[in-house]
Amino acid sequence: MPVGRCNEFVVRCANVNGTGSSSANALLARAFYRMGLPIAAKNIFPSNIQGLPTWYEIRVSEAGYTGRRGSADLVVAMNPQSFEEDVASVCPGGYVLYDSTKSINTARKRDDVTFLGLPFMGMVQQHTNQRKRLLFKNICYVGALAALLAIDFDVLTGLIGEQFKGKERLINQNVEALARGRDAALAAFTCPLDFHAERRDIVGDKILVTGNRACALGCVYAGATVAAWYPITPSTSIAEAFGEYCARFRVDEASGRNKFAIVQAEDELAAIGSVIGAAWNGARVFTATSGPGLSLMSEFLGLAYYAEIPAVLFDVQRTGPSTGMPTRTQQSDLIAAAYASHGDTKHVLLFPSSPKECFEFATVAFDLAERLQTPIFVMSDLDLGMNIWLSEPFAWDDSYRPDRGKVLDYAVLESGTSFYRYLDVDGDGIPYRTYPGTHPARGAYFTRGSGHDKYGFYTEDSAKYRENVDRLRRKFETAARLVPEAALEAAPGSPLGILYFGTTAEPMREALEGLSQRGIELDALRLRAFPFTEGVLRFIECHDTVFVVEQNRDAQLRTLLLAEAGIAPEKLVSILHYGGLPVTADFLIGSILEHVTPSMQRPTTGAAS
Amino acid sequence: MTYIAKPAVRNPALPKNSLGLTRRDYEGKISTLCAGCGHDSISAALIQACFDLDLPPHRLAKLSGIGCSAKTPTYFLGAAHGFNGVHGRMPSLATGANLANRDLVYIGISGDGDTASIGLGQFVHAIRRGVNMLYMVENNGTYGLTKGQFSATADVGSKSKRGEVNIYPPIDLVRLALDLGAGFVARSFSGDKDQLVPLIRGALTYPGFALIDCFSPCVTFNNHEGSTKSYTYIRGHDLPIVDLIPPRQEITVDYEPGARQEVTLHDGSRCVLRKLAGDHDLNDRAAALALIEEHRRRGELVTGLIFLDPEGQDMHMRMNTVETPLNALRYEALCPGAETLASINAELR
Repeated sequence: MPVGRCNEFVVRCANVNGTGSSSANALLARAFYRMGLPIAAKNIFPSNIQGLPTWYEIRVSEAGYTGRRGSADLVVAMNPQSFEEDVASVCPGGYVLYDSTKSINTARKRDDVTFLGLPFMGMVQQHTNQRKRLLFKNICYVGALAALLAIDFDVLTGLIGEQFKGKERLINQNVEALARGRDAALAAFTCPLDFHAERRDIVGDKILVTGNRACALGCVYAGATVAAWYPITPSTSIAEAFGEYCARFRVDEASGRNKFAIVQAEDELAAIGSVIGAAWNGARVFTATSGPGLSLMSEFLGLAYYAEIPAVLFDVQRTGPSTGMPTRTQQSDLIAAAYASHGDTKHVLLFPSSPKECFEFATVAFDLAERLQTPIFVMSDLDLGMNIWLSEPFAWDDSYRPDRGKVLDYAVLESGTSFYRYLDVDGDGIPYRTYPGTHPARGAYFTRGSGHDKYGFYTEDSAKYRENVDRLRRKFETAARLVPEAALEAAPGSPLGILYFGTTAEPMREALEGLSQRGIELDALRLRAFPFTEGVLRFIECHDTVFVVEQNRDAQLRTLLLAEAGIAPEKLVSILHYGGLPVTADFLIGSILEHVTPSMQRPTTGAAS
Repeated sequence: MTYIAKPAVRNPALPKNSLGLTRRDYEGKISTLCAGCGHDSISAALIQACFDLDLPPHRLAKLSGIGCSAKTPTYFLGAAHGFNGVHGRMPSLATGANLANRDLVYIGISGDGDTASIGLGQFVHAIRRGVNMLYMVENNGTYGLTKGQFSATADVGSKSKRGEVNIYPPIDLVRLALDLGAGFVARSFSGDKDQLVPLIRGALTYPGFALIDCFSPCVTFNNHEGSTKSYTYIRGHDLPIVDLIPPRQEITVDYEPGARQEVTLHDGSRCVLRKLAGDHDLNDRAAALALIEEHRRRGELVTGLIFLDPEGQDMHMRMNTVETPLNALRYEALCPGAETLASINAELR
């Protein structure tokens, strides 16, 4: 990426975690956004409370690329521990802004980057409290960046005012720190730098939001009344944001009592158990977890599959296996989720790729869970869940009503309609159910994870057992017709296809343009669900080669495609990114260039579907 | 006796409760447990108690884990929904079910393996939350379905059918429940219907977590000489302390002056207790613990109602949820709508 373009640059802030840097960095990110510029913000943080290196990357892109770029044009090197590494991460011709209060070892300096030293610690000596010094030092470097990158100072002070509304003293102290940093930079350097920000009106009505917050809000709108969860990075903020929104929108005005219940369970087993219990009893209920939690939930998920109980799970994936790297991202729970639990068990997965889709898929997940009477997994990841994204605003149709599925109420039971729990009345594999307590004489049944026949009775008879599990397989085929269809994102009519999902989508958009500029055209399909839809199968069928891009080592999506769709292995070429950082356009371009041979690029046969 | 079907014809002279239902209306399927199993007596006691309380059978929900105990919900209250979940996890299912609909009466059936071993964590947290339910432990000190291994409630020195001697001290679920703040704590014996039925009635009406740790001898694997959970051992060591009469039946017996204790619960209902022995203060948690310990040292069992907290709070009170069951709230009362969403979008700019 060339350095020196207006509104196309990456600032990387290197800090010590636990020093309040993330709020200063979020202020910086939001300031660019308020100047009408598209941004991407990636918080690359350690699994630690205080003292380890942490980075916050802000990409400003007038072209609208909001995937991670990787390299940095300007590094704010505030952490002596990682100074050398941070200096090495700057593009040639870039800049390092550092705290010159104490002298640094010049032997570690590069001569192809410019070092900008300002005495940030010296600027905050009037604060006697050590914690305050650290906090205001961060605000000082934001002030210096305002000068270096031409950030509108009024935008920054406006954001400070919003953040500390009603606390005049704090506002004044922050604005003063901003001004100190700005003035010092103006006095010491030629400002702004060759690359900097200029106000535009590109972001329109887009919002800045994390995927987790979007999921939580989606659950509120979908009518979820119960949540049961156990704290685990990176999913925790879903339950917390749900609680926050419920406290605002779900308290009965007359009584002051809650129209929701949130249980922080003793572990993930209890969390999913409570979800299943509440769903059995007719509430919309969900849990949020990550890989280790999913492993713990497995036994109960088999029960929900076999006893046919709706459940909604948000799996915010992180880097595995085992504890792995809890604060790094991956898409590595696909197989664990798709086949969670022993025996012949299969689950429905949804793959959102933006906060807006997180919001929408919450409703889709509840509708599908109750329609199909089975667990639905919303497969997010740490990058989507915890980072703020520039997203289309959330939209809502007030005419929406939940699809509660095939539930027989009192009136239907009273009318004499016969009811057997697992009977395939409609030929779609989906039986009818009743909620406990509905009717005095009709509709009661026994829910069990042990062998049962189509009437819901205990059985150890092989034919009756098979009849029921074969129906479950047919129900899964019905699921493939109900889940969201894949999105065809590019269709230049190439014999080469590329299939991807989730957070690969944003860098992929940039990579496809980059490849096109190099004369390589790809038809691109963004997967949105498992089981695989008709559109996915057709797409693979009518391309000679399909690149399957995923953020895990073992090509889990490709495995699912081979196992579930019977695709010829040689047709699917894996592109795998699994280091734990968000995937970049450069990586995608490089990987595809490695694989594309002249013979693959024969003229199109009109393959795009 | 699984091959003997229940007669379809009913005796018209069977007594009816205020709902016009007979005891038969509270029954379930024929038991498939071993003949003489203590669990079947507990099922019979549950049927009797629900009949006595005039509970509409369909307004109860039965939940269980895995094991012999877990099978029993099939054998009572056939008109109620039942849920046989996974091993040791009945408490979380009951927690979720109760969150969704606070208006049903919840009966959780568990065993000593299901509660004291694999499910100890969930048992503890259901008590801590105060899930409004009857939690019945059908305690036989052994793993029946897997043929006679010791459970965590087996006493030190108790002999298994194969002659092994248990070397570990038992987990006392009553002491644990007392320590964790359970509001209604009782211990009983499946063979003592006169005591068990009133206890169940009390537990079902108690507005909070109610534990009955009920010894229930396993006739096949733990009813031999040397076992401390056999019929003969328990009968020989029985020491009833108190009996509980639920509100509707309180005035049927004239008690001796001083032998009657009235307790008003926080929901306004009253319990009248008939003291059978000693001067145990039912509302004193520390006294209850001391009582258990004192009798344990003497090698005696304490059965009956051991503790009752008139101020006990259930999970919904603690969570301040609305009176209407959450599963019955209209969607319109739950969705903030498009206009609110526009303002949420504005907050995110």
